[in-house]
Amino acid sequence: MKYGNILGSSSIAFDQPVYIESSASIVGKKEGEGPLKDKFDMICQDPMFGTDTWEAAESSMQKEAASLAIGKAGLTPRDIRMVFAGDLLAQTVASSFGIAEMGIPFYGLYGACSTMGESLSLGAMAVAAGYGEHILCATSSHFASAEKEFRYPLGYGNQRPLSATWTVTGSGACILGALPPRDEDTPNASPLRKGGGCAVITGVTTGRVVDFGFRDSLNMGGCMAPAACDTIWQNLSDFHRTPSDYDAIVTGDLGLVGQKILLDLLKEKSVDISAVHQDCGLIIFDNETQDTHSGGSGCGCSAAVLASHLLPGVVSGKWNRILFVPTGAMLSKTSYNEGASVPGVAHAVVIEHKEL
Amino acid sequence: MDYFNAFWVGGAICALVQILLDKTKLLPGRVMVLLVCSGAVLSAAGIYQPLIDYAGAGASVPLLGFGNILWTGMKKAISEDGLLGLFTGGFTACAAGVSAALIFSYLASLIFRPKMKE
Amino acid sequence: MPSKEQLQKQKQYEKYVKEITPTHNLALNMAKAFLTGGLICVLGQWILNTAAGFGADKETAGSWCSLILIFLSVLLTGLNLYPKIGKFGGAGGLVPITGFANSVAASAIEFQSEGQVFGIGCKIFTIAGPVILYGILSSWVLGIIYYILKLLGVAS
Repeated sequence: MKYGNILGSSSIAFDQPVYIESSASIVGKKEGEGPLKDKFDMICQDPMFGTDTWEAAESSMQKEAASLAIGKAGLTPRDIRMVFAGDLLAQTVASSFGIAEMGIPFYGLYGACSTMGESLSLGAMAVAAGYGEHILCATSSHFASAEKEFRYPLGYGNQRPLSATWTVTGSGACILGALPPRDEDTPNASPLRKGGGCAVITGVTTGRVVDFGFRDSLNMGGCMAPAACDTIWQNLSDFHRTPSDYDAIVTGDLGLVGQKILLDLLKEKSVDISAVHQDCGLIIFDNETQDTHSGGSGCGCSAAVLASHLLPGVVSGKWNRILFVPTGAMLSKTSYNEGASVPGVAHAVVIEHKEL
Repeated sequence: MDYFNAFWVGGAICALVQILLDKTKLLPGRVMVLLVCSGAVLSAAGIYQPLIDYAGAGASVPLLGFGNILWTGMKKAISEDGLLGLFTGGFTACAAGVSAALIFSYLASLIFRPKMKE
Repeated sequence: MPSKEQLQKQKQYEKYVKEITPTHNLALNMAKAFLTGGLICVLGQWILNTAAGFGADKETAGSWCSLILIFLSVLLTGLNLYPKIGKFGGAGGLVPITGFANSVAASAIEFQSEGQVFGIGCKIFTIAGPVILYGILSSWVLGIIYYILKLLGVAS
């Protein structure tokens, strides 16, 4: 065994870049009316996605996103060595039922809304270690199934506080591989290849579960910001980088409230990322006109923004190096009712532009 | 006049509860429980009935009124049946409301499908 | 167990988050709750008066009032309109008996997919169950006190 690639206390720098061969995103109607409306692969007007239940709807959405990503990479499900997938439902049923029909060896993950970071990290490690030539990473969330799982039935007439975020109905999927995406001259060219330009994962920082004893599950930004702060700080320290080494540091779903907390917490550690910080939850919705209060949230939020907006930006060279940091709040209905706090977790993935 | 009293008393109760919702971490379910129990206590203390006499539906329609119905039924049952009344009064008093909510809701579940929030 | 120092840090963080978190305008929310709740009560009063006009006594009129308001609330929940009333009116939609009916109907409709017994049957009480339990329990406790006071000749 060689341990040449580990950095600091929690990071890995891959000596061979892991290519992102393709990405796909599917979202619901509300997301399809937001600022990214022209970038998604598919906007489904029917919130049930042609099924009878919210859970089946989420499964079918995730499966569609996975199929699209496989197709865009010019592959078939048989070519995929394994899949890392997760969602917000109890026992992650949306993923297991969604991916089941494709017959790909399956690892189910739960990292709450940080799951896309978790699946990309594990997927990249597997590719870098030579355990798979093509690996699928996918996550999803659905507003209705999440409300039902964590809060109230949909027909209940409650008021959401301004700190609350809006769970994104959406799914994002990526194919990771050891070889570059097919270029424009070949049949089945991948959209994630522009001339010699493509996107690669060059490193990851695994997040710790950070508990500030915060209990308000309707203020997820407050629960997750300490974890985002911890992971970003760890990443900068492990890689010996400063915020200006990144063209963008993109958190998952902190929303307006969480963004403010993150910037403040990092300032306490004398790190200022305000010039490069973005948040997927603030990118996917226009809070002013879409009444989403603090912003978007859910595994589908960061996954869909990554697949539709961030990766094409890296491929085109708009950003040279970004840090993608999906954030998750760890709670269950039971833990919440029993008065436990809501700790957060965030996983960081370094994504860079590469010219072949 | 009775409409005016119903409007301002009912409205005022709701506005006061809004403070509870906004200023504390009390979730709607807890607030509902609190209201029904307070209604029963206030009625037993003889405070709530005069408000109902004054404001009519303004005091009986809020969930405090549900507590009032429970207490009134309980008192009546105890007077008529003694100890046994302790176990029949509550459910007898709220029978119409609870049955209606359960039956109509069951029927609604046969007709309507869950819908997305916008 | 977290140490004293940790607990203090947690409190500090909580206070800080509370400071920077925006909240709804309380006065505006109260006004909306007042209007919504007031109007529902006026509707209730109209039912009371109409029932009295048909010769119903006070108790019967009250029962009809509850019945009709509950029916309307369940119907509006099914049509996805009650959530909008609740969102606008806050406590104004929650506090009246219609809010109780909304919580029963919303649960029944949402959980129908989980079956007749364990879906609708169990979960119809998700939000409304506590109201019934604690309503019955509190009136029972008050009843016992009343019963004892009556035996002692204090209450009539």
